[in-house]
Amino acid sequence: MKRRTFVKGVTLGAAAVAGGLAAPSIWAKGKTVKVGVLHSLSGTMAISETVLKDVDLMTFEEINRKGGVMGHMIEPVVVDPASNWPLFAEKARQLLTVDKVAAVFGCWTSVSRKSVLPVFEELNGLLFYPVQYEGEELSYNVFYTGAAPNQQAIPAVEYLMSEDGGGAKRFFLLGTDYVYPRTTNKILRYFLHSKGVADADIEEVYTPFGHSDYQTIVANIKKFAGGGKTAVVSTINGDSNVPFYKELGNQGLKATDIPVVAFSVGEEELRGVDTKPLVGQLAAWNYFMSIKNPTNESWKKEWAAYTKKKNLPSASKPLTNDPMEASYIGIHMWKQAVEKAKSFDVDKVIAAMGGQKFHAPDGFTIEMDPHNHHLHKPVFIGQVRADGQFDVVWKTKGPIKAQPWSPYLPEDKGKKEIAVKMTKKS
Amino acid sequence: MRSLFLAALLALAALVPPPALALDAAAVHRLALGDTSNDKIAAINALVESGDERAEPLLKALLAGSVQTSGDRVLIVQGDSAIDALSGEKVVPIPEDASNVVLNNRIRGVLDSAVSALRLLSHDQATRLKAARELADDPRAAALPVVDKALARETDPEIRGVLEIVAASVHLHEGSKAERLAAIRTLASSGNSKTETLLLPLVAKKPDGSWAEPDAEIRVAAQASLADVRGRLAWGERFGLLFAGLSLGSILMIAALGLAITYGLMGVINMAHGELMMLGAYATYVVQNLFHAYAPGAFDWYLVAALPAAFAVSGGAGMILERTVIRWLYGRPLETLLATWGISLILMQCVRSLFGAQNVQVDNPSWMSGGVQALPNLVLPYSRIVIILFAAAVVGGIWLLLTRTRLGLYVRGVTQNRAMASCVGVPTARVDTLAFGLGCGIAGLAGCALSQIGNVGPALGQAYIVDSFMVVVLGGVGQLAGTVYAGMGLGLVNKLLESWSGAVLAKIAVLVFIIVFIQKRPQGMFALKGRAVEA
Repeated sequence: MKRRTFVKGVTLGAAAVAGGLAAPSIWAKGKTVKVGVLHSLSGTMAISETVLKDVDLMTFEEINRKGGVMGHMIEPVVVDPASNWPLFAEKARQLLTVDKVAAVFGCWTSVSRKSVLPVFEELNGLLFYPVQYEGEELSYNVFYTGAAPNQQAIPAVEYLMSEDGGGAKRFFLLGTDYVYPRTTNKILRYFLHSKGVADADIEEVYTPFGHSDYQTIVANIKKFAGGGKTAVVSTINGDSNVPFYKELGNQGLKATDIPVVAFSVGEEELRGVDTKPLVGQLAAWNYFMSIKNPTNESWKKEWAAYTKKKNLPSASKPLTNDPMEASYIGIHMWKQAVEKAKSFDVDKVIAAMGGQKFHAPDGFTIEMDPHNHHLHKPVFIGQVRADGQFDVVWKTKGPIKAQPWSPYLPEDKGKKEIAVKMTKKS
Repeated sequence: MRSLFLAALLALAALVPPPALALDAAAVHRLALGDTSNDKIAAINALVESGDERAEPLLKALLAGSVQTSGDRVLIVQGDSAIDALSGEKVVPIPEDASNVVLNNRIRGVLDSAVSALRLLSHDQATRLKAARELADDPRAAALPVVDKALARETDPEIRGVLEIVAASVHLHEGSKAERLAAIRTLASSGNSKTETLLLPLVAKKPDGSWAEPDAEIRVAAQASLADVRGRLAWGERFGLLFAGLSLGSILMIAALGLAITYGLMGVINMAHGELMMLGAYATYVVQNLFHAYAPGAFDWYLVAALPAAFAVSGGAGMILERTVIRWLYGRPLETLLATWGISLILMQCVRSLFGAQNVQVDNPSWMSGGVQALPNLVLPYSRIVIILFAAAVVGGIWLLLTRTRLGLYVRGVTQNRAMASCVGVPTARVDTLAFGLGCGIAGLAGCALSQIGNVGPALGQAYIVDSFMVVVLGGVGQLAGTVYAGMGLGLVNKLLESWSGAVLAKIAVLVFIIVFIQKRPQGMFALKGRAVEA
């Protein structure tokens, strides 16, 4: 039995691969342009990244249906870096030198981005990075379509300190132990100092990747909360969030007493969680699936139809989330920039990217900053609903400008927000 | 801030008209359609002040997220129909433009206490006691006038005691010095962690070094009460730590038990052990979905069916593995290691192709959600209690199986001396298959248990395989008792270190400890006594 299902799986897989290969060969008759998709389809990050690959492919299909980019059909080259950070760099090199792609859409974790960065700078490639991150980076060859800290972390903490957010006086900063949470919490600590919060009222705690036993930490949060109104700022990444939230629910920590705001928990991450005990917990993003506007409605419909057509595992409950939206915006902006530059040449496209506008599913017209390679994005704070979706309880009036160099970090003083091309001699 | 709010509230209480015949329409509208949180909170307080019992269903529905507005109407939605909150008439179908009333946490908190406060006036003694306890957990100023009202007419001594603490927490900052001192002393008898938060401002210093509370007598009294409360809280923390250690220990133990049989007793380094746990967890998932689809009424008991299913799936997979792969590799540990590692990759990819790379959702049955309030600041989650008991039951079961049954006798015989066992007629090949299947089946049971507290995804096994080997090696290869002690010991040590040094350092410290321990005592805690054949 086991064997048979295995054989079936392999056959299905082979058929899918064959199908994927057959499709581009039809377009190959006309003019085509190759673009790379660099997301982990296996390993620990597959949970989050697989869906970005799918939304990328959906967007390519959508653009091809409408005539392609300057009449060129997009031909995606999908590679699997397998959640292996050095392999990201190898695959990026392969995409740029062997496949000669015009642009690459990919990466999730900051460590994978740091790994491919030298490759893109050396070969003068073009990368669109669709995930919120810690800032402190500005590369000529990268466009950051996710949020910088001032578009996510800082507004979220400001909300927690406001009367509606509970008027928190003490902050428990909880994260996974790697570069993104540590840098974000460093910025937050400086920010909280500037708001008059003392070090005694800030607790910073880290857990290893994949940590699954949050009993002690939740008990410590309770204890810490004895000293005054407390809020938890969670930068836990990946599937550790599930046991963390389960423990919160089981130990009876309610959002009305100790709210938890998360920066890496969206609709997709809550898929595996019973959300009833979590009602009221918060997340800060630039997009929520529950946002009501015509663009979002049609985008969600398009995604639901695509999952059904491709028979993706998520077809029974198609979800959209912030990084998916950021991927979608990135691809469209690239297309617009190519059409403006009338060329696929990386330097010309980069020059044309600044000031590109796109009407995004978040309901706003999003603009690429003319200088700093980041998007101006609106910020939403959402509250978990019993059905795993979010209710927006706070939002900015409009898009706000990204600050990749945090004004709160002393070492960032005087850094210029202009991406400069790395001078290359070879 | 707090006193300001309270003052505003009292002023508001004076303004509120006496209870009208129908629900206060203005308040209901402000509640559902108000622009700011302050509007909504004022409306909630107005409804509570009115003491109108009909307000309760509306407030409860609001908490449950089933209140919608359509134009000017406020609707309480129940399935496909709705009830107009004001007139009480039925509205079918729900208007197209109806949208949910969104509450933020601040409003939700006020609502929580409002619902409890309203119930304080109920006629049922048990309801009142429960409401009073809820308020003690959540002493918000919003409830004050109702608490005083309830206290005035309450006759039951138990409810009075709880209510006095609630009232004390409110009187702490207002009233005469005698009242405040009395309130501080009353609070000393409370074991609630929130009491600490209430008392702290009384003993705090301002940034310029002066005391926030000018009256020295009150400060001293508060200091004493605070010490009392903290002493009581410390016990909760200690017990909590112990329980966390036990719980982690039981999880480590149950994850390692199957391995204790396949690796410990049979000597097969089974790198696919984690994936067999994953199969068990997915079997649980499938059974859960079947219950969802065909027997939603009996959903709470799906685990009863999931346990044998998980055991059968993992055990069956294990027996097939043993017959097709491992059988040919006995006595060649390196090849076994590589082959089983390959199998683990194959199993993971199969599950990924069948169920997708995303984690799947395994719901806890309702009786496993939440926890029992053991001490005021200590909640023991039911899911963890159940897993501790389950782990104990599995250990007991295996012990009985190995010592009291014929199969157990055979397994022990083959372990100790394969050649001799074979000579006296033990079908060693079949015993191997059955024993391996048993070990894998137990891995399936572990997977079923893990699905209740952690993630179920293709990589579930990866998270536990290292820990499982650690427990078995530390406990001593070939010893069931060793696994039990090592699992529990590692759990407790890990949790103690974690509370002292943080999760990252605790993990490192435990690994260092194991390395040192294995250097000193390579055979583990408990060595096989007598002749260990095939060693």
